[in-house]
Amino acid sequence: MNKVADRDAERPAADNDVAVRFDAVSKRFGETTALDAVTIAIRQGEFMTLLGPSGCGKTTLLNLAAGFLSPDGGEILIAGERMNDVPTYRREIGMMFQNYALFPHMNVAGNVAYGLKVRGVAKQERDRRVEAVLALVRLAGFQDRTPRQLSGGQQQRVALARALVINPTVLLLDEPFSALDKNLRASMQVELREIQRKLNVTTIFVTHDQSEALSLSDRLAVMSEGRIRQLGTPQEIYRRPCDRFVASFIGDANVLRGRLEGVEGDSAVVAVGVARVKVPRRPLAEAAISAPVDLFVRPEHLAMSEATEACATSGTIAAHVYQGGYVDTYIECGDSSRDRLLVRSGGHETMTRWPTGSRVGISIASGEAVAFV
Amino acid sequence: MPRSAYQRLLGFVGKLAVVLILGFLVLPAAVVTIAAFNDKAILSFPPQAWSMRWFAKALAYRDFRDGFHNGLIVTAWSSTVALMVGAMFAFALNRYRFRFKRIIEGVLLSPLIIPHFTVGLGFLILAAQIGWTRGFAVVIACHIILVLPFVLRSVYVSLRNLDQGYERAAASLGASPLRVMVTITLPLLLPGLVSGWLFAAMLSFNEFTASLFVTAQRTQTLPVAMYNYVREFADPSMAALSVMYIAGTAALIIVANAYLGLGKVLNIEQGR
Repeated sequence: MNKVADRDAERPAADNDVAVRFDAVSKRFGETTALDAVTIAIRQGEFMTLLGPSGCGKTTLLNLAAGFLSPDGGEILIAGERMNDVPTYRREIGMMFQNYALFPHMNVAGNVAYGLKVRGVAKQERDRRVEAVLALVRLAGFQDRTPRQLSGGQQQRVALARALVINPTVLLLDEPFSALDKNLRASMQVELREIQRKLNVTTIFVTHDQSEALSLSDRLAVMSEGRIRQLGTPQEIYRRPCDRFVASFIGDANVLRGRLEGVEGDSAVVAVGVARVKVPRRPLAEAAISAPVDLFVRPEHLAMSEATEACATSGTIAAHVYQGGYVDTYIECGDSSRDRLLVRSGGHETMTRWPTGSRVGISIASGEAVAFV
Repeated sequence: MPRSAYQRLLGFVGKLAVVLILGFLVLPAAVVTIAAFNDKAILSFPPQAWSMRWFAKALAYRDFRDGFHNGLIVTAWSSTVALMVGAMFAFALNRYRFRFKRIIEGVLLSPLIIPHFTVGLGFLILAAQIGWTRGFAVVIACHIILVLPFVLRSVYVSLRNLDQGYERAAASLGASPLRVMVTITLPLLLPGLVSGWLFAAMLSFNEFTASLFVTAQRTQTLPVAMYNYVREFADPSMAALSVMYIAGTAALIIVANAYLGLGKVLNIEQGR
């Protein structure tokens, strides 16, 4: 995307810019370690996503931020204040739950006004703010409906309005889109992001859906087994995954067998067949020259051509899968990869040019792959 | 496809079986109801002449009036106290982990397996031992123990079906634990609490075995008064009273159903 976003991600966060800080936070449940000394600084106004498979600790981290759990070690700071022993109701957070948790015995206005009522906001002021926030989530005039009378998308808007109306220091989102169907989900995501930008509210978003994480976040933290594997902008995570787990969890990846041929400054060169591919050096810091390495390449960075000696590898087309805007082609290629290779190409010409069963050469775009020992 | 004679026969037998079973269930109530309108002063079936006079007699009979009144006092106290105690224990059992939890749960539910006459006899001995006069306190204490398991069960099931997300959402919006309890938890539990209370009230009002031991002439409840009556008389005023009993209970359930829904009253609905 743009350079500014990239530079932002690298700049160390100054203290006064940090909205939420987890400092070496640990949490155990009996024998299992749910979080192992996790440290993150989330900036004011930032949309931070915690992404990972179930059981990775992302929900535990969110519940610690909310105060539903207390940490076994480390510190949690919201707006510079230590929160470890502060109960949920004194934390000034807004939270949206997976099933929305709208109070069934109150109407929309009652739900949205709840946080204001608790804070002792006068009736007139309350009505005014409820009206304003309902307009923001495009539910103007829905005050008297009950949660049961609303569709899934509308319930979600009410839940968002209820969380936002109290002007929270931080907005916590626990997989809020998982109950919506695909089309609605996409439009709700765009809308949520617009509102979040408009209000500039610091947001922590938990999801296991990697495409959701890539499209929404300012930065995302990829987690597994209670640790953060990589923290960065969506582009960094997608283009420069730091280890095998991140590379295979985010997006599709082909794994090709190669050999480390040399290093040069920040980059290294990996040989795959006769081809040479430039990769970042850092993940290979401990590999000896000519050691075997695995090359991770995105499907859109592989290209098909006539099978010649100059190609990195070659194989037989096993199947084409037409996806509308692009075509996924699966290629069987014996020795250089354990699995079938997946090549993604735009347009449907691929299918007529390389029919199933034909032999093709495969080349790798330089500078877009990463290699791990 | 036309059904064969065999299938039709099978279908008929099935329906007949259902009718017979349902008929068997309502048979006692039906017999008593019909007997209540008998003009003769004997409990015979079927009656030869019809009359409403036994209703008038039952309503006017001093022991029945007192029994009804006593029953209301005992029922109101015992089911209300049992509801409060039961709800607190249900909360503790549902929300907290502590030592001896299983044992405490077992003790609380034990009146289910201890015969009522044992509980009644126990209280009789105890009251005599410590010189406790046989007033309402003994009867109420006895009834609390008998209905507690049912209240506990009812509230516990409602609590289990209550999504903790509601309480968490309220806490995240700034509500203190007390406020969450008053504005979220209790309103959402209300059907469970009402059904628990109602169930306890019906059990307590109908309870006979233990009541026979712990009541005195001054505190005897309606079932005990009825028992004492049958020992001496055998006229249809008993049947008339039974009919009023059934009508009263039915009215209560219909009202509760209108406000809460039968599933919730009987606590058989999962979730909401």
